[in-house]
Amino acid sequence: MQFKSQAVAKPYFIAAIGLFVGQILFGLILGLQYVLGDFLFPAIPFNVARMVHTNLLIVWLLFGFMGGTYYMIPEEAETELFSPKLALLMFWVFLVAGALTIVGYLAVPYATLAELTGNNLLETMGREFLEQPLPTKLGIVVVALAFLFNVTMTVLKGKKTAIATVLLIGLWGLAVFFLFSFYNPVNVVLDKFFWWWTVHLWVEGVWELILGSFLAFVLIKTTGVDREVIEKWLYVIVTLTLISGIIGTGHHYFWIGTPEYWQWWGSIFSALEPIPFFGMTVFAFNMVNRRRREHPNKAAVLWALGTGVMAFLGAGVWGFLHTLAPVNYYTHGTQITAAHGHMAFYGAYAMVNLMMISYAMPILNGRAANSNKSQVLEMWSFWLMTVAMVFITLFLTAAGILQVWLQRVSDTPLPFMVAQEKIALFYWMREWAGVMFLIGLILYITSFFYGGQEEKAA
Amino acid sequence: MCAMTTAALIPPETPQKRLPGDLAIWFFILAEMLAFAVFFASYAFARARNVEMFNLYQQTLDRNAGALNTFLLITGSWFVVRAVQAAHRNDQKAIPRNILLGFLCGGGFLVVKVFEYAAKFGAGISMSTNTFYMFYISLTFFHFMHVILGMVILTILWVQARKGVYGSHDAHGLESGAAYWHMVDLLWIILFPLVYVMR
Repeated sequence: MQFKSQAVAKPYFIAAIGLFVGQILFGLILGLQYVLGDFLFPAIPFNVARMVHTNLLIVWLLFGFMGGTYYMIPEEAETELFSPKLALLMFWVFLVAGALTIVGYLAVPYATLAELTGNNLLETMGREFLEQPLPTKLGIVVVALAFLFNVTMTVLKGKKTAIATVLLIGLWGLAVFFLFSFYNPVNVVLDKFFWWWTVHLWVEGVWELILGSFLAFVLIKTTGVDREVIEKWLYVIVTLTLISGIIGTGHHYFWIGTPEYWQWWGSIFSALEPIPFFGMTVFAFNMVNRRRREHPNKAAVLWALGTGVMAFLGAGVWGFLHTLAPVNYYTHGTQITAAHGHMAFYGAYAMVNLMMISYAMPILNGRAANSNKSQVLEMWSFWLMTVAMVFITLFLTAAGILQVWLQRVSDTPLPFMVAQEKIALFYWMREWAGVMFLIGLILYITSFFYGGQEEKAA
Repeated sequence: MCAMTTAALIPPETPQKRLPGDLAIWFFILAEMLAFAVFFASYAFARARNVEMFNLYQQTLDRNAGALNTFLLITGSWFVVRAVQAAHRNDQKAIPRNILLGFLCGGGFLVVKVFEYAAKFGAGISMSTNTFYMFYISLTFFHFMHVILGMVILTILWVQARKGVYGSHDAHGLESGAAYWHMVDLLWIILFPLVYVMR
């Protein structure tokens, strides 16, 4: 490790992985509830399990982004972090706030939680993915601002590289667009319209900048390709992301009461959204092929290549599948969306965090890379999780196609729940793929504690 | 090894091809043109399904204003070409002068367009009036924004040119900006006949 203060990344990474395990466990509970409706009822109803599953995802990804940033920024800026103490303090604030929120979800009914946490002062709760009680939302803002202050000050006193700048734009964007979670108009159309400014402009906008920046950093470190070459690619990817992604928000505005032109704008611009993801895949493979050194951490390189490919498939291809208005007319809100959501989040954001952790954790532990044995185990975890996710996606896609047919296209359309029963087989198969994913995740964690005897010096 | 020596022995027959401007700006230009291409294709698709309606409302567009704007943009591009040529022959005075003239042509385009929009919006036309007007307003508005971006780029080039940054020693930045300006022109040359004239 080049700078002492990079060590603050470690607790963030550990918390991220811990919450990731929680997310997957709740995913398995949720998957089972699709086929055994009263599983764990009334202790953990479906809506609560779903909320915990998606909220844990967001929180662990944020922990990963912050940890990755704390690791990367001192090295890019070539100076110690502005305040490692602030970073550690914010870690505990965020962890405690996050844990209390999840306990709140599980311990009391959601309406009671809303009452207890002052939702009547400013109504922000009850919206998908942004269910957090007001104090948690405020906590996120405080943590984000302190984090941004810390990181920005570090860059200001140090070297300003293109990679760090893109990362900062992404992170500031993340904070700014989160503010729309506080804006909750009574008009349902406006409510949904601006809700997407957080949700869409995060995952199909500013988060992609964070992804691109992390990927560029790890590729520079592991391949030794010239910074200028990597930065040029990053610029192109960022531009393509913004050209397609910003107005691409329109693909959420097809049927929510907004004017009809959104069907054209949304279709046209979002149809271009796969391009930056394709760019990332080409970028990753191109840089690895042109590598000037063999980095001992082969597992991290595998994650870097994997995130490019899986983000392109999950976000790009599976997104395009149902992004055109005439198609979306039939597929809106079906399992096709769930299929896309699973692979896109895993491919783009889970994998890029796993890549960063895979690259940085050995160095934080004082070695350039984990032992060969450990890396072999980690690569097994890569393939298990990735193949499991491919299966989850394919099974959900099959379920979605059947659902669309039975429920919406057929001459004798079936009611929602009847259609759900008919596609139960695919939900069972998805659940088993989920178990495979969990095994992969356990192996990933195990790999960090395994075969440490033949360590390579940092 | 063998291949290398052979390559070194045979002199290249044609002078090495050079890409004017930065590679990154070309990626940017291609991405922009791709976005417009998808838009143009969507226009064609929508028109094919309702030719009569498109033809009817196309007649309400101000083709004279469109033609004047075409003239302005092509002239603007011509000035920018002159600026690049001036840089290559190191004529320091002519570089900013031609950039400024190009900028003024862009400004003229915006003025004409604002009058055109005012007439249309004044008549109560909006993006929700019908599909033809949706495309007319969307396409011309996106292009309008690109003219503004192009003018911002020209402004930067003008400031740099006055500092004497460009010349026969280095015209890289100037060529990059010029390439972008030509794209703005090129898009209009497709947009104008497609939306205003062809039926």
